[in-house]
Amino acid sequence: MKHDHNTSSPETVAKSSSRRGFMGVAAAGMAGILLAPGVRLIEIAQAAPTAGSASAGASSKVRWGMLIDSDKCASGCTDCVTACNTENGLSGGTLPTDSQWIRKIEIKEIRTGKTQSLPMMCQHCAEPPCVDVCPTGASFKRADGIVLVDKHICIGCRYCVMACPYKARSFVHEPVHNQKTDVPRGMGTVEGCTMCVHKVDKGEMPACVTACSDAGHGAILFGDLNNPESEIAKRVASYPSRQIREDLHLNTGVRYSGI
Amino acid sequence: MSRRTWLSFVRLWQALLLGVFLAVCLPAAAQTTVVPSGTSQGLGPLVTKARGGQCVDDPVFMRRNHMALLKHQRDDTMHGGVRNGKYSLKACVACHASEASQSVSAEAGDFCQSCHTYAAVKIDCFGCHASKPPAAGAQAALAQPQVKP
Repeated sequence: MKHDHNTSSPETVAKSSSRRGFMGVAAAGMAGILLAPGVRLIEIAQAAPTAGSASAGASSKVRWGMLIDSDKCASGCTDCVTACNTENGLSGGTLPTDSQWIRKIEIKEIRTGKTQSLPMMCQHCAEPPCVDVCPTGASFKRADGIVLVDKHICIGCRYCVMACPYKARSFVHEPVHNQKTDVPRGMGTVEGCTMCVHKVDKGEMPACVTACSDAGHGAILFGDLNNPESEIAKRVASYPSRQIREDLHLNTGVRYSGI
Repeated sequence: MSRRTWLSFVRLWQALLLGVFLAVCLPAAAQTTVVPSGTSQGLGPLVTKARGGQCVDDPVFMRRNHMALLKHQRDDTMHGGVRNGKYSLKACVACHASEASQSVSAEAGDFCQSCHTYAAVKIDCFGCHASKPPAAGAQAALAQPQVKP
């Protein structure tokens, strides 16, 4: 018998329709039941993450910042540093291989001999050089202006450490144990001040701010720079404040007054 | 009944029987991998008793998909600041930490470690993340009055 592809006999039509019927029934059975042990289509559809539905998360309307009054900052007081170490589970060591997210520095005007003390940490720039140089996108700025390292993506190249004009980033050289639940830290990645993002997201103040006010200095003011009603926005609008290395035009989130 | 009608009738029944067979057999196959905590079933992983509680989702589903769920939510949390998602590693650890070691990965029988050893898959999570829930004292310290910035 000659096989002709262009014309189909009544029998082949019936055959193909019943085959289609079989596929339909089988597919319907499978979709309702299981794709593999424990995996159902309906569950895959329901498993889609619901970002931003229940919690607003970081908003670009907010710009978190700090105003540090170096006149109120006491020379020799390291309460902010200690609070940072405790909150974030840092060792507190000051070796070149130890992580330090915030440090106290003393500045002196040579001509007059006037000394001042101030804390130095990540300045949470609006135009962060660490983000510009990061080859993997691990160094990033959140919508609310907080600059962070996504350690899932960080490859530990340390370009950001070199790019930061404030020496604010540290590299973790050795395995870390007993990390804080809210502050994951690990060997081979870069880290720095997170502005206590886990506390800020809960509506709390960063640890250094709380410690400074507890010590009675109240030298660090934390708040939303974008909200004209906030204390920090009023203060930067009414009194002179400066960014460190203003010449770099980084538009830092941490500002200083009295220097 | 013509031969054509008979053929399609037979095929329809074949299809239905196959559907029923799959519906019965596949869940049964899935159930064989379930190991109640603390008891060994043949070659399955031995999991020590955990702190316990109700899982956020069906255990069979979680077994298959926990890695994808955690990965999606980590990006929402880290980049978006959304911290009240359903599938957080913090919540996993809080519930699944073993009663003996208070950890999910310190001992061979701990929740994460036992299955990952069985499946020969390395866990990277606990190089950075805490594998133990915060201590009871630390929990009390966390309950500070909230200050609105």
